[in-house]
Amino acid sequence: MMALSRGTLVSALLLVLLVAIPVAATMAGEPFYVTLATRIAILALAAVGLNIALGLGGLVSFGHAAFFGLGGYVAGIFATHAFNGEPLPFGLTATTSMPVIWLSAMALCGLVALPIGAISLRTSGVYFIMITLAFAQMIYYFAVSWPSYGGEDGLSIYVRNGFPGLNTAQPLPYFLLCLGVLAAGLVLFQLIKGSRFGTALEASRQNPTRLAAVGIAPFAIRLVAFAVSAMVTGLAGALFADLNRFVSPSMLSWHMSGELIVLIILGGKGRLFGPLAGAMVYVLFEYALGGITERWQFFLGLILLGVVLFARGGLLGLLAGKARHG
Amino acid sequence: MSIALIIEQLLNGLQLGVMLFLIAAGLTLIFGVMGLINLAHGSLYMIGAFACAAVAAATGSFWLGLAASLAAAAAAGALMEMAIIRRLYERDHLDQVLATFALILILSEGTRWMFGSFPLYLDIPPLLQGAVPLPGGGQYQLYRLAIIGVGIVVAVGLYLLISRTRLGMRIRAGESDREMIAALGVDIRTLYTVVFALGAALAGLAGALVGALQSVQVGMGEPALILAFVVIVIGGIGSIKGALVGAILVGVVDTMGRFLLPKLLALTMPASQANLVGAALASMLIYILMALILALRPRGLFAGQA
Repeated sequence: MMALSRGTLVSALLLVLLVAIPVAATMAGEPFYVTLATRIAILALAAVGLNIALGLGGLVSFGHAAFFGLGGYVAGIFATHAFNGEPLPFGLTATTSMPVIWLSAMALCGLVALPIGAISLRTSGVYFIMITLAFAQMIYYFAVSWPSYGGEDGLSIYVRNGFPGLNTAQPLPYFLLCLGVLAAGLVLFQLIKGSRFGTALEASRQNPTRLAAVGIAPFAIRLVAFAVSAMVTGLAGALFADLNRFVSPSMLSWHMSGELIVLIILGGKGRLFGPLAGAMVYVLFEYALGGITERWQFFLGLILLGVVLFARGGLLGLLAGKARHG
Repeated sequence: MSIALIIEQLLNGLQLGVMLFLIAAGLTLIFGVMGLINLAHGSLYMIGAFACAAVAAATGSFWLGLAASLAAAAAAGALMEMAIIRRLYERDHLDQVLATFALILILSEGTRWMFGSFPLYLDIPPLLQGAVPLPGGGQYQLYRLAIIGVGIVVAVGLYLLISRTRLGMRIRAGESDREMIAALGVDIRTLYTVVFALGAALAGLAGALVGALQSVQVGMGEPALILAFVVIVIGGIGSIKGALVGAILVGVVDTMGRFLLPKLLALTMPASQANLVGAALASMLIYILMALILALRPRGLFAGQA
């Protein structure tokens, strides 16, 4: 069944495209396309994170931009402090080493996600959507009105943070690094999906009462899923800040949360490669439509509306048939 | 810090609350009756503001503009409902969020297409220019008082509409059991369109009224929308009473927080730092309030059955 299904073929094709195009672009001396592909990989990673909560757990978080932005600010703040030679709070030493930054971003997002999740998960349905939005707005307004790290203007990263053994200032090595992290994120998603925990998480979406009846508390499962989901999205945020060498409150805005949901739905929710397909289509549309007309958002809206109304399994659903899970 | 200043800030909070109520009433009605979460509600608010500014600029009359804002927003709402929203009632909230998010993109960009990127300005009508004296000295803008008056009239009107009229009876019936009232021969599709257009008209009215206080521009709907969501979530989704209480609460807490927090903090820390921390805290205050209320009452203050 798994051997050569259309789903596997389409997913493999997506990966090959994502790798082949930047490599070809580098050889052709067109670094712009490498940056575009890096953007796809990072946004896909952020959406893979959200997909853990939204796709598997049915937790429609409308506030994941909070974690995306927090991850970005961790990268920005580390870089700024290291650049100026100032120590960080809590006795941390500022560094430009990506692994340290990534771990810090993930730790921070996990720590922030736990109380947010614990309060939000008391609610469900539309209340959950709204309360996650409210928490994200809280952090957004904090970032806007707190001037130490640029406030509304954001924070520039003068030199992209480094990774041992790689020249991250070059587009292609940085792309390959992001691709590696995306691959790790996808593996994590698949591991979670196949694990006992993942089964319980999907059961908590489909029938929480029955899950509780067999002795598993849906709340704990959901909370862990929410935190892990936030950590992956936060990691993507750190990568995104380094890609743009800039972080601003717009990474925390509710538009960003909406975009992350869009990526998942566009690709097909709960699917391993859904976020990647969604991110590819979204970024390429943005680029292609943006080249034709400055009104690209208008047409993007029309396309999105079409997908929601007429392509209910997302694009992968159209190409690869219905998802096998409920 | 004089009494007059406090009264002025309280009135500002009340005025903000009343505006939020006009937006939130439609939102909560639409959720309560149709079970639909409509992110594009802020766009209807924007459409109202643009219609008012455009017509007022063309005819020179704010009042014609106000009528145009009601008509344009109601028409846009009815069209939207019949063409798109209708297909979303049976879908889950995720699809609704996404489709109405797409509608925001379309409506915002479409408005920018028609009116350009520069903000429009709307003058306060001559009848309502000027100020009234406040007790304890000081003055207050007459226009803002008029907005508060409009809000009170709309709140009473909505209450009467829903509790005393046949349409209101159908709306209440639609909230509690939509299959049953359809079976009793009520044309539920038309009812839904009417409710949607009514909510849209209220949002459009709010947009037109605010348009004379701020500039009219694309993107004005989004902050208003998010505040309105905070309001209905605090009040309990589906409850008009909850929307009223939530709106006043959010309006007053937000305004008074921005006014008082820096002053309160200045008692414990240097003034410059107090301003900084106070401003940051004040901008987060209503979201903190919402989180607190939801943590204690997960379905809001006046939870309906929705």
